Amino acid sequence: MAVARTDEAAMRADEGFSATARIARARRAEAIFVAVGIGVTSIGVITLIALLAGLAHDGWSRITPDFFLNFPSRRAGQAGILSAWVGSMVVMLVCAAVAIPVGVGAGVYLEEYAPKNWITDVVEINVNNLAGVPSIVYGLLALGLFVYGLGLGQSVATAGLTLALLILPIVIVATRESVRAVPFSIREAAYGVGATKWQVTSHHVLPSASSGVATGVIIGLSRALGETAPLVTIGALSFIAFLPTPPVQGEFPFISFQWLLDPFTVMPIQMFNWVSRPDPAFQSNAAAAGLVLLVMTLAMNGFAIWFRIRMRNKIKW
Amino acid sequence: MSITQTAGVSTVARLNSPQARARRARQRLRERVIETVLLLCGAASVAITVAIVAVLVLESAHFFGHVSIFEFLTGTVWTPLFADAKYGILPLVTGTLLSSGVALAVAFPLGMVIAIYLSEFAHERVRETLKPFLELLSGIPTVVYGYFALLFITPLLQATIMPNLPGFNILGAGIVMGIMIIPYISSLSEDAMRAVPTALREGSLALGATKLQTSIKVVLPAAFSGLAAAAVLAIARAVGETMIVAIAAGQQPNFTFDPTESAATVTAYIAQVALGDLPHGSIAYQSIFAAGLTLLGMTLVFNLAAYALRRRFREAY
Repeated sequence: MAVARTDEAAMRADEGFSATARIARARRAEAIFVAVGIGVTSIGVITLIALLAGLAHDGWSRITPDFFLNFPSRRAGQAGILSAWVGSMVVMLVCAAVAIPVGVGAGVYLEEYAPKNWITDVVEINVNNLAGVPSIVYGLLALGLFVYGLGLGQSVATAGLTLALLILPIVIVATRESVRAVPFSIREAAYGVGATKWQVTSHHVLPSASSGVATGVIIGLSRALGETAPLVTIGALSFIAFLPTPPVQGEFPFISFQWLLDPFTVMPIQMFNWVSRPDPAFQSNAAAAGLVLLVMTLAMNGFAIWFRIRMRNKIKW
Repeated sequence: MSITQTAGVSTVARLNSPQARARRARQRLRERVIETVLLLCGAASVAITVAIVAVLVLESAHFFGHVSIFEFLTGTVWTPLFADAKYGILPLVTGTLLSSGVALAVAFPLGMVIAIYLSEFAHERVRETLKPFLELLSGIPTVVYGYFALLFITPLLQATIMPNLPGFNILGAGIVMGIMIIPYISSLSEDAMRAVPTALREGSLALGATKLQTSIKVVLPAAFSGLAAAAVLAIARAVGETMIVAIAAGQQPNFTFDPTESAATVTAYIAQVALGDLPHGSIAYQSIFAAGLTLLGMTLVFNLAAYALRRRFREAY
């Protein structure tokens, strides 16, 4: 009797280690992990909502038509982002005009033309390393080379070139990946009817790869749009109360490239300038500028991601 | 019969006509020109690397003409803008490592949970929905993150657990930087885990292990080299980050290992000096290139370490 009771007690004590209990515990642990996993993975959504809500809370009252049409000002209530968003557009234009042809050209060369030798290996390793160079180092390069070396000063051209160098690796890698994804049968068919290498590349490979290239270019440009550090480093001014010279002039020769050499400011620099001021009125300007900037970059990134997913589902070689 | 013969003859004649030969010669020339242009595009990326190193080394050489390398690398006071200038880079280096350390402490555990969840547990639909939002995190302009760190995270910490936290501090900047680098860690780690052969998982599951046990005791160790490389690459990313620390961590060099203090990083120093409109050629101007060289050296070390880790601990299956 006493023995039986002891056994029973022992069994109860053992219960925690019985197979069913262990399985139940393992199942519970797994359910908890899945819940935690979903929660943590949602950190992207949560952070975005927090950022948008925080910026909107601090800066929504400043989002008026005047904010987009006014120059920066000493008085926070009258300050606007006209020179900043125009500057961003102009700098992006220069950046795209340099980064897209050079980046796509380099990508096409590496995939379609480059012979398999050590020079190609060096270029390849180099592109991967460039992607890891901190953005501020590009700013130092631009400061030494463009601003003083070439005498371009703190101009639109300097800023556009700097950002172009910065996003070049992104464009190259995107081009290579999408060119590589074009099946060889397409190239062989074109060669078969007598096309030259460049005809094959420009008539068939590039058009087939264009959606991937476009995605990479958009992601690169949105990165350039939000970059601050390299432009701060070249000494971009933050108080610019005028616009670049219009490219079309009323008198002969009608077209002017003076805007390339004009000083500039861009959205992130304007925001940085405002955020560094202790006055809360300027900080709500910073929040408003940040909101505009964030919506612009999110729209570009979101479009690129949507485009990529759509293309992936659509293209069946 | 005669028609085909005539056609054959005329085709040969047409291909051998002087016009056709001239056209083919033109085409060959065009192909060569295009190939050369594309080669130049590829070479541009190498030229960028060479230019970066050349600019940094040349300007730093001027700097080290005035300051001994020994003082630079071992001094614990960094005051190049004071009358009594001291050039010890260590405070900037500790500030950089400290903020990156905080970032990694935030990003690594979260990134790991995300990677395990996405690679081992998540359904296709959930993964396709949540991953784009994670990717967006790395596309947000860093100046916006800086605002977030200074005016959202730091006040939040002050109001909840750290009432004595100064307005500018490493902790807030590091936490936000951690959020920024989560996508790097999670996507690199997810790739590493997906590369683990299914047979290993099946073996573990067949022995009665749960999915969670399999993930932690089989998949994680097998993917170790990739996970370590992901962590190191993320640090390299954090080390080069400028705007978040320039805005939220304060800009006073501070030789400290306490993340609740304010301190400057290498990048923040460069941004601060560049904003101050320094005369070209002064020692302070040259000091930002020496700082940039240090920064490049640090990221290079981390990148090489990641490369070595991946090579050394790669398990062959």
